[in-house]
Amino acid sequence: MATQTQDERVAQTSLATKMLQRPELGALIGAAVIFFLFWSVDTTGNFAGVGGTAGWTDIAAPIGIIAVFVALLMIGGEFDLSTGVMVGTSGLLAGLLATEYGLNIWAAIGIVFAFALLVGFINGVIVVKTGLPSFIVTLATFFVLRGANLAVTKELTGTVRVANVEDTTGFDTAHAIFASKMAIGTSNFQISILWWVLATIFATWLLTRTQFGNWIFASGGDKNAARNAGVPVNRTKITLFMMSSLASSFVGIMLVLRLQGMQAGQGVGMEFFYIIAAAVGGTLLMGGAGSAIGASIGAAIMGIADIGIPYALWDQDWRWTFIGVILLAAVLVNTYIGNRAKGAKR
Amino acid sequence: MRGPNLDIKKLAVLTGVVALTLAGCAAGADSDAGEAASTETESAATETAAPANSDIKICVYTHGDGGTFWSVAQAGAEKAGEDLGITVDYQGSTNDSARQAAIIEGAVSAECDGVAASAPDPGAIEQAMLGLADAGVPTVTMNSGSAVFKDLGAFTHVGQDEIVAGREAGLRFNELGATNILCPIQEAANIGLTERCQGARETSTGTVTDFNLDGGLQDLTAASAKIKAALEADPTIDAIFALNADIAAKAALPAAQELGRDLFIGTVDMSEDALNAIAAGEMQFAIDQQQYAQGYLSVVLLYLNVTNAHALGGGLPMYTGPGFVDASNVEQVIGLVAAGTR
Repeated sequence: MATQTQDERVAQTSLATKMLQRPELGALIGAAVIFFLFWSVDTTGNFAGVGGTAGWTDIAAPIGIIAVFVALLMIGGEFDLSTGVMVGTSGLLAGLLATEYGLNIWAAIGIVFAFALLVGFINGVIVVKTGLPSFIVTLATFFVLRGANLAVTKELTGTVRVANVEDTTGFDTAHAIFASKMAIGTSNFQISILWWVLATIFATWLLTRTQFGNWIFASGGDKNAARNAGVPVNRTKITLFMMSSLASSFVGIMLVLRLQGMQAGQGVGMEFFYIIAAAVGGTLLMGGAGSAIGASIGAAIMGIADIGIPYALWDQDWRWTFIGVILLAAVLVNTYIGNRAKGAKR
Repeated sequence: MRGPNLDIKKLAVLTGVVALTLAGCAAGADSDAGEAASTETESAATETAAPANSDIKICVYTHGDGGTFWSVAQAGAEKAGEDLGITVDYQGSTNDSARQAAIIEGAVSAECDGVAASAPDPGAIEQAMLGLADAGVPTVTMNSGSAVFKDLGAFTHVGQDEIVAGREAGLRFNELGATNILCPIQEAANIGLTERCQGARETSTGTVTDFNLDGGLQDLTAASAKIKAALEADPTIDAIFALNADIAAKAALPAAQELGRDLFIGTVDMSEDALNAIAAGEMQFAIDQQQYAQGYLSVVLLYLNVTNAHALGGGLPMYTGPGFVDASNVEQVIGLVAAGTR
């Protein structure tokens, strides 16, 4: 064969090998398997049609928007456990500013985004300056915000939720941008899906086509080597924390406009789903490798399972078991395929 | 050699994907063909008669968490489905309003002929419920939302009014002679719980103090320690109005016993432990909102609407409580709770 006389250093890698080396492939195969699984046990006949698709994309979109930025942060070597509660804080803050202080919703949204960037900045600065694990720092932020959500809401409204947001000024335009829906047949597709796609495209472009993306991989892979090579590791990590906080506040705004209010406990517990979506999508927990598209695929898998289980008339408590199993399976498959592909030269 | 090995692995992966794809398509095609065939034979029949029971699907979408209380409501709903020969799909969103809204939004695609939803946060599910009304799917609210069911497009509400329950509890505490009642709230975001304490405050001749016990059901030992701390802080407390049977039997009662304080303890909802405590004289009463009937009745009301166009309730809520379980009737109820139906 011609390859035996060719210098192996200039041999071409086949397309299939190149694809198998990408972290998203394991997730995509997993998503396809799970999709066909639920399609085969569907009792309604709508799972693979417009109705089922509207359902799972509705559940996946708010997870996906945050998961892609959590994936970026994880590739950069850090965790953010305050993302879930930040969703609640953002919605509550926007709702309170508009209902208790009469602000225009758009002004409230602006203040909330600024607040989220500030929280992300504080998370990042504490992590890089003290050297404490980001797991601990953001866990502390999580508890601080969780308590504040309850205490401030009760203080200002006397109850544990913010309501009547639909009566505030600017609601209609804000609702149109963040929470409207498009009817196809009898099903509604939420605009959050569009934002999810845009977030995935932006994060993927940032990660794979910009210098900043290289810095993310470097910071997560080996931050000392990166620093020695001239990568601004601290600035990169702080920016990543600010992005994950901003993404969370974006989802919080979407929710408060769609639900016309928000309960003080909203979002608590969701932070693990974002990390799971990122891990299922091929992002390593140690940092240095991963993919934003993979995180979106992970979010899609969660949406598919959430819709597929009731459509199959299974007891919906199995949802938790299912997520645990796919997490383990996905990480095993990703590791296996990745190792095999990295081992292969051609 | 690595080259040939990877070729085989590549081939295996691709073959696996193709095989699964074909299997999925075949299964999907089978079920689609099956559905198409059955709908053809049905449509001839349904032109003149109501849908056959086996085709009716009633969906019960609550904010429940699958604990002692909600598993009984779910049992009631599913038993109604069994008794009537229809399909019942129960889903609890574990106190997540956004999730509950998304589930209700998907009810039409899930082929629900009727939807029963609990409404602790009406604003969150308002759009989804009104969407169902527009699509011609009948709805009722259950368990929470007695004041807002019409705004949500439902034709009635099945449940217990929280303020009424609180008021009755306040009167009971008056009969017992309680003067300083502690009211621990185990779900901070549940307005209904706050309303129970408020109702008690209205009729009680003593004082009723709310106490934050958020997350109490997830960690009962911590909840017990917190109640103990509250009791130590105020020695004049002589009664506890617990708002959940597990809180009463596994948090409040142990706290009182550890301190050696003899308190009047009343609770809302029942559990085997709580009823045994009432039988033993350690607790005084349990308010029963009869959630098994909330589940069962919601399904029946929707079934009657789908099959015979009934919209029952007369525009008012239908009450399943408060019923009181105390020393006089506890033995009978104990047997039913052990069976998981009360």
